[in-house]
Amino acid sequence: MIIGEAPASPLRSFGLVVRRDLRLALRQGGDAAMVVAFFVLAVILFPFGVGPAPELLARIGSGIVWVTALLAALLSLDRLFLADYEDGSLEAIALAPLSLEFTILAKALAHWLVTGLPLALVAPILGLILGIDPAGYGALVAAMALGTPSLSLIGTVGAALTLGARRGGVLLSLLILPLYIPVLILGAGAVEAAISGLGERPYLLVLAALAMAALPLAPLASAAAVRQALE
Amino acid sequence: MHRFANPTRFMRLSGALLPWLGAFSVLLLAGGTVLALVVAPPDYQQGESVRIMFVHVPSAWMALFIYALMALASAAALIWRHPLAELAAQEAAPLGAGFTLICLISGSLWGKPMWGTWWVWDARLTSVLVLFFLYLGYLALVHAFDDPTRGARAGAILALVGVVNIPIIKFSVDWWNTLHQPASVFRLGGPTIVLSMLLPLLVMAVAFTALFFTLWLVRIRTAILARRIRALRLAESDEPGRFREAARPAQ
Repeated sequence: MIIGEAPASPLRSFGLVVRRDLRLALRQGGDAAMVVAFFVLAVILFPFGVGPAPELLARIGSGIVWVTALLAALLSLDRLFLADYEDGSLEAIALAPLSLEFTILAKALAHWLVTGLPLALVAPILGLILGIDPAGYGALVAAMALGTPSLSLIGTVGAALTLGARRGGVLLSLLILPLYIPVLILGAGAVEAAISGLGERPYLLVLAALAMAALPLAPLASAAAVRQALE
Repeated sequence: MHRFANPTRFMRLSGALLPWLGAFSVLLLAGGTVLALVVAPPDYQQGESVRIMFVHVPSAWMALFIYALMALASAAALIWRHPLAELAAQEAAPLGAGFTLICLISGSLWGKPMWGTWWVWDARLTSVLVLFFLYLGYLALVHAFDDPTRGARAGAILALVGVVNIPIIKFSVDWWNTLHQPASVFRLGGPTIVLSMLLPLLVMAVAFTALFFTLWLVRIRTAILARRIRALRLAESDEPGRFREAARPAQ
């Protein structure tokens, strides 16, 4: 915001932060493309590892897709705050009129648009490659669309906590993966339930509940972590 | 709590308390071991291998209790900037991780003869394994920064984020179909375990708690002394020879 302009409404500032982060991510040339490429590559490794037997791949397919989606989502997390932290813009952002919690929410939204959403859209194609029962594709996309926001939100907490830490990338994974486990269990469970005909609705509802819980709580925790990193 | 905020007063009080606490722990552990191995009757189904319970269950209780204590201390550190609370949380973590590991290993050793398997992916075992990784993650985070204060504050936030796992562990046997036994002591309707086994179990639980508090106080005292040494070293490097006068014995 230019000095001298009337203060922007919170909603407008929120939109500005989202657009800024999206522009930075897209300008860095294919952050989304790299994450999706890793996703596809990691999934393709499994038939080489466990053998191409179709029944086996179909049985473990939903688990493979979910675990690799988790790992792909982790990849771009440490860059969430690091670039801003290193050149000092994070301090300016923390002092801006828009509350830090909202700013982090905006960053999480931008992160999700660049990683979670592409992952959710590419997942059915990978399901095809692994031979997952087509009855599960709808549940797969829905579960990933509901689960990946939680991943981005919980990821902001880890990214904020490891700002400036030694070997921050690996430490981030160590901290975040235990917290990702509920999303993984529910997401894979949703696909299995859809395939077996038991109905994926309960799983999708709990995934949505997790996202709703993460929505206020994750920015609170990350903002506290960012503030103490800036001290 | 603020009475103990002064490290010197804490050192004095804990120094006075520690020998008694240590002797109490040793006595209770000895007594509890005798009760568990000799006095308690064998189970009507499991026979003698039920005696692993007297190590497994108290260590599980300690694992949860210590994490809850860490979360409380972290909250105190963040809300009131209590100077010793951060230290207390940090020093409790390795003890908590140790008790969790004892719980997992003793559980495996008990599971092999009883269930026929070293491990099963049911809700209780999985959530306790997650607790173990939360402890390890906390320790990794706290030691990942050059500035110890930064590490302590980051750890405090992480401890509070992870506290959601504690009720999940406690109620996992109620919420899900698990191979692990449902609650037999802390449940509405009272314990379902016979008194001759409940009593040694409670004695061992109190013994483990006393042991934890003894070790915890020793660790906090050590950490305070380490902090003092670090401060002295920093002051010494600032002005070499500064403490030589004080160190020379009085003539």
